[in-house]
Amino acid sequence: MSVLINKKMPPAPPAKPPKAKRSRMEREQIKWGLIFLSPWLIGIVLFYLIPFVASFGFSLVNFNLANPDEIRFVGLANWQRALFNDPNVYQAFRVTFTFALIALPLSMIFAVFLAVLLNSKSVRGAAFLRTMFYMPTMIPLVAAVLIWSGVLNEQTGWFNLILQNVFGIQAVGVTGIRWLANPNLIYFTLTLIGLWGVGNTMLITMAGLQSVPTELYEAADIDGASFWRQLIYITLPMISPVLFYNLVLGTIGLMQYFLVPYVLNGGNGFPNGTTNFIGIYFFNQSFRFFNMGYGATLAWLIFLVSLGLTILLFGSARHWVYYGSED
Amino acid sequence: MDSTITTPSVNSQTKSRSTFIPAKYRKPFNSVMLTLLAVVVLFLFLLPLAYGVMTSLKTDTQVTTAGAPWYPASPLKFEYNGRAYDIFEVPQADGDTLELALVTRGRESSEFINPENPDAGLIPWEGRWRTLDQVWYLDPVWENYTRAWNAINFPRLLGNTIFYAVFSTLGAVSSAAVVAYGFARYRFPYRSQLFIIVMATIILPPMVTLIPTYAFFVQIGWVGTWLPLIVPQFFANGYNIFLLRQFFMGIPRALDEAAMIDGASHVRIFWSVILPQARPALLAVTLFHFFFAWNDFFGPLIYLAGRPELYPITVGLTAFNGLYEGQENLIQAASMMASVIPLLVFFFAQRSFMQGVVITGVDK
Repeated sequence: MSVLINKKMPPAPPAKPPKAKRSRMEREQIKWGLIFLSPWLIGIVLFYLIPFVASFGFSLVNFNLANPDEIRFVGLANWQRALFNDPNVYQAFRVTFTFALIALPLSMIFAVFLAVLLNSKSVRGAAFLRTMFYMPTMIPLVAAVLIWSGVLNEQTGWFNLILQNVFGIQAVGVTGIRWLANPNLIYFTLTLIGLWGVGNTMLITMAGLQSVPTELYEAADIDGASFWRQLIYITLPMISPVLFYNLVLGTIGLMQYFLVPYVLNGGNGFPNGTTNFIGIYFFNQSFRFFNMGYGATLAWLIFLVSLGLTILLFGSARHWVYYGSED
Repeated sequence: MDSTITTPSVNSQTKSRSTFIPAKYRKPFNSVMLTLLAVVVLFLFLLPLAYGVMTSLKTDTQVTTAGAPWYPASPLKFEYNGRAYDIFEVPQADGDTLELALVTRGRESSEFINPENPDAGLIPWEGRWRTLDQVWYLDPVWENYTRAWNAINFPRLLGNTIFYAVFSTLGAVSSAAVVAYGFARYRFPYRSQLFIIVMATIILPPMVTLIPTYAFFVQIGWVGTWLPLIVPQFFANGYNIFLLRQFFMGIPRALDEAAMIDGASHVRIFWSVILPQARPALLAVTLFHFFFAWNDFFGPLIYLAGRPELYPITVGLTAFNGLYEGQENLIQAASMMASVIPLLVFFFAQRSFMQGVVITGVDK
């Protein structure tokens, strides 16, 4: 089909007069293309475009679903509140960024570690191990959080029991390791819980590893480069696009981090406000207090911050992401 | 496909490293060590799952008793004169330890009876019985699953979840296939710009469109029903479009052209030529969406608030966790029940599922 079109219309259309009538074939293409696209075209307008614009409109009004008739236009008052007068917003972003700075590197290191390990020819039963490492990704996250909060329980959880009885560390009890109640530990605990979702990142990283040309390692072997040097100078640069992809998705995902803290503590910020992430704050404002106007403002703020971070990451990409030689 | 962890080559004398292992055995040794490392990490990684299984089988008293064994167990008892007594490990003067039943509890000294030889009468023992280890025996309580099943009303949660998963998957896959075909095979103005918008919707935070959408669904009376969760799925989601388009573009155009020459219509080509060719990708998208729906929490949480009879497993489980705090065994049993079906589907379909993950990831 495309072959026919290309023959009729060589790739230099500007020579034609702009108002040239489209051929029957081309009109047919446009008509059917749009017919097939129609579900998406309707959806994008109905569920993305209109709500996206309306969301900004909502941020300019005060609107509580408890009494929906009282819509009051307040101009930029919600924005002023979010940006300058509400310390909770600043605190929520600070908490979210702190968690991101701990969780993103640790979970990416774990994913790369697993991918390199399971990609190694020396490991027996790699396919089986890969499936088993992927498996917990399939456990519904709510169930996973409940399992983890049990295993990390300071009194009866296996983690503390093993630390105490096998390694002799005083871990059990209120004076021991309080994984879920210690503000200094909570982000590591949440990262640990998140590791059960490593499966996708691990598989994508493994696919990236398999696309690295073998000759690079052979040459490095001949030069006597150690495993660590090969990892740092060959493997990591070659899979940097995959790392970048995971980093972008991880960053955007963390800006919406909600389920794990909500299931753990109902969104009350325990311990000591450390789990009052911006996603939790947005939920509490919008669907607990039904402040729809302020909720929309927070949503837009989250969108703008995510956008800014994405742009920043893409800007940094040319310094560390390797996209192969230009050819 | 080469390994990234390179073993030193066996016959190169020049770079033999200082190690006690002869070069001949180094490769198998590395292989054993790395496999062992992977197995140890896997053991730690899956330990919480074992905890969940074990805890789900414990008795109500065991989950609240400090010092109880890690496996499901009950205290061993001995019946004496019509009453049951707990059995403890009692150290004897000669250094032995006997398993004796505690009959009279005293602060500094207690009286025991030997279950092996009850006719010998009460044995006095000096010391604090509270410092003794109790004797337990393996006693899995399978009824916990029945109790959790009834307490959480599992059949209803399961029915709701399957209903949601099936209909939203149907909508998501069919609409994405149609739209992806449009993007993959037709030429129309602004096609690449529109596709960039498809990609942008993938990373757009859903919150930014949520509140007007929610307010709209409140207005038309859909909040408190499944409709706001299922109907939007019929308008194709960016992630699925992207995945299917990648696959469709890999199907040779010669197939379409042959069908066209035979006089097949546009719809016919899509239905009888493209879709059968795209089975693996369709299966992957189906699985993705099925798991997404099974896991979905935020949507049901806000749209079904206050309608427990419509809750899917995820929201029902969270509510259950709030109500049965302290009944750790039932909570774990419910968590296990919620995980069984996704895990079964995964093990049966893992190949096409994991391939699908790679397709989306590698094409960036």
